[in-house]
Amino acid sequence: MMPVLLWTDALIFMLTAVVIIFVIYARSKPHLRTPWYRVFRGRIAAASVVVLLAFIVVGLLDSLHFRLQLEDNGNSDATHYSVAVLSVLDVMLGPVRTQVEKTYSAPFATHLFARETIEREDGTKLRAYPRLQYGGRHLPASGEGKGRDILQRSLLALVEALLAGTIILYATAALLGRRSGRSSRRMRQLIIARQTMLPWRTIIVTGTFILLLVFLAVNLASAFHVLGTDKVGQDVFYQTLKSIRTGLLIGTLTTLIMLPFAIFMGIVAGYARGWTDDVVQYIYTTLNSIPGVLLIAASILMLQVYIANHPEYFETTVERADIRLLFLCIILGITSWTGLCRLLRGEALKLREAEYIQAATSFGVAHGKIITRHILPNVMHVVLITVVLDFSGLVLAEAVLSYVGVGVDPTMNSWGNMINSARLEMAREPVVWWSLFSAFLFMFVLVLAANLFSDAVRDAFDPRTRER
Amino acid sequence: MFAYIVRRLLYAIPILIGVNLLTFYLFFVVNSPDDMARMHLGMKRVTPEAIEKWKASHGYDKPLLLNSEADALDKVTDTIFFEKSLKLFVFDFGYSDDGRDISFDIGQRMMPSLAIAIPSLIIGLMVNITFALLMAFFRGTYIDVSGVILCVVLMSISAMFYIIGGQFLLAKSFRLMPISGFDSGLDALKFIVLPVVIGVVSGIGSGARWYRTFFLEEAGKDYVRTARAKGLSESLVLFRHILRNALIPIVTGVVVLLPLLFMGSLLLESFFAIPGLGSYTIDAINNQDFAIVRVMVFLGSVLYIIGLILVDITYTIVDPRVRLT
Repeated sequence: MMPVLLWTDALIFMLTAVVIIFVIYARSKPHLRTPWYRVFRGRIAAASVVVLLAFIVVGLLDSLHFRLQLEDNGNSDATHYSVAVLSVLDVMLGPVRTQVEKTYSAPFATHLFARETIEREDGTKLRAYPRLQYGGRHLPASGEGKGRDILQRSLLALVEALLAGTIILYATAALLGRRSGRSSRRMRQLIIARQTMLPWRTIIVTGTFILLLVFLAVNLASAFHVLGTDKVGQDVFYQTLKSIRTGLLIGTLTTLIMLPFAIFMGIVAGYARGWTDDVVQYIYTTLNSIPGVLLIAASILMLQVYIANHPEYFETTVERADIRLLFLCIILGITSWTGLCRLLRGEALKLREAEYIQAATSFGVAHGKIITRHILPNVMHVVLITVVLDFSGLVLAEAVLSYVGVGVDPTMNSWGNMINSARLEMAREPVVWWSLFSAFLFMFVLVLAANLFSDAVRDAFDPRTRER
Repeated sequence: MFAYIVRRLLYAIPILIGVNLLTFYLFFVVNSPDDMARMHLGMKRVTPEAIEKWKASHGYDKPLLLNSEADALDKVTDTIFFEKSLKLFVFDFGYSDDGRDISFDIGQRMMPSLAIAIPSLIIGLMVNITFALLMAFFRGTYIDVSGVILCVVLMSISAMFYIIGGQFLLAKSFRLMPISGFDSGLDALKFIVLPVVIGVVSGIGSGARWYRTFFLEEAGKDYVRTARAKGLSESLVLFRHILRNALIPIVTGVVVLLPLLFMGSLLLESFFAIPGLGSYTIDAINNQDFAIVRVMVFLGSVLYIIGLILVDITYTIVDPRVRLT
């Protein structure tokens, strides 16, 4: 096994590390802790954070990549590695990834979606729906008893989830109880009566619900194609799970890449004024005036030409797709940093007249120090609000760009590519709806959770809305 | 006022030069015309002669910036930069990579784009303002709260789903109107309805929520309290005072979009097979027609800058407090 560190993997793990360090740091500073408390006190926000965390876990599992060692054929001493790059998620999903049917099949189907000519043993031909190779394999050939089997498995998942939920409740109560010096039993009562500072009951209920879905997936996906299969027989549920990473990466890396530029240019322009300000304003007006989609399209077309002319740099298709994804993030960042830059410039213009900055200037504090010590901490709420607000827009933009043909690599799993192929499927008779439905469902839940969370963050951090 | 507009127009020139240089760099320097030729002719087994021929037929065989072989003035003018980039400034768009006159195509395709864009804008504006007013009128009640939640839900659905879902429900299942296509004259009407409806519905979520904040911002101001203190009814306050003042940011937000309406909507037009500029752009991207993409980038930034100038002018018209200097 050879670990593979793709560019985006490295960046995403770096980002995770930064977030974790920030959380640890913020816990010890009351002025950072209070607004976050305000965010999490809302039940909707707390629930959406749990949902987002579930998505993030899937995305992170899918970011641990490696290449399997090939069987030694005895010809050479060197070990060879398969060109297929796998992730931990692939391994966990195991059979779901490898059980490929012939073509379309509906969710929970035991037979193919399209009729085919089957030759029977006595030589007669028959137009019928062939049996699936893997879906519902444990059932008799006719697919009888499917309903009862599904019900059984679902009930099992329900029991498992309730059990897990109870364990979580007890564990949380014990932990919280120890911290506040209450008995674990008293703490449980408080949680259930919703009398805790943070809405623990909502968090536990949401978590249990997600666990229920996980257990359902574990129990059902091993036996059926829970969301059907696509044109080449690939499991749609697997594709949707793989798409989570793409969506998250676009949403987070784009802002991460543009952040340093936007912060630096914005603050410097507002603080220094004069010709620096003019130059920065000129740059962002110019970039802003080019329609975003067209700039992205132009850049991606150029990247395609580049990749096509330099195939030697990319060892595997996954690496090629990864570079394209990273480049897409960079380009999206270039088109979207202008908004934040303008906001920060305005903030910095306002702040430089503030009394404490004037005082610092008259004490002879160096400009660099004023910017990092006084201005930067005071514009961080603007940065945070923008980052969180941009996330959902970027996830949605990915779908549109993939449709236009300038999104992620066509070989990469993404909701945009799924929707794109679903276009033709919707025109079929009878309709193949499950690809579109799965992409819709996952994307909708992620974007909705992100939107609700960002509203809570904005309300907690924006001084203007706080007063209202 | 006049002096201000002239100054703004002059200020637009360096921006357009910047856009022009950027596109030139992207299209001709990052990848040489040789790469483009190879891409168009297929990657494998392309003879150098074929590449040269393709370049010559599309005018990409000249030097990039300086033609040292030509005489006098031609040294500068007989180059790709002059032929392909500078001529955009006089709206001489030249020919697309498959040999069609771009200016003619743009003229042809502008009307269908506008036929979709203008009704969507007007109807969308009215619908959004109505919903936002409703939420502002019932602010703080369950109607407002559920309205905002509904808006967030609507916002979280990708535009693609609105289009595919709308096409599927209204056109395919209920057969109310044709799925896609376009026609000339009044016959076009039946093709326009569905894209407009979908365009409006997909915009309600973000639009209504955004306008609601404008109304609420105005509602918290002193003159509103004064109006209420005088004993005016709540609906009179809302329509006479709040609506009028909140319209300032709404109108200016719309004006900046007006010139860009010419560019059409990429998604709607390509899904509904409307021969407008949006689908023109998408086709160009899919066919990797660099000439058209370059022209559309330039055209888009010109229109954007016009929009910015229009906004400033509208401010002085709708808000007498603003003076341009």
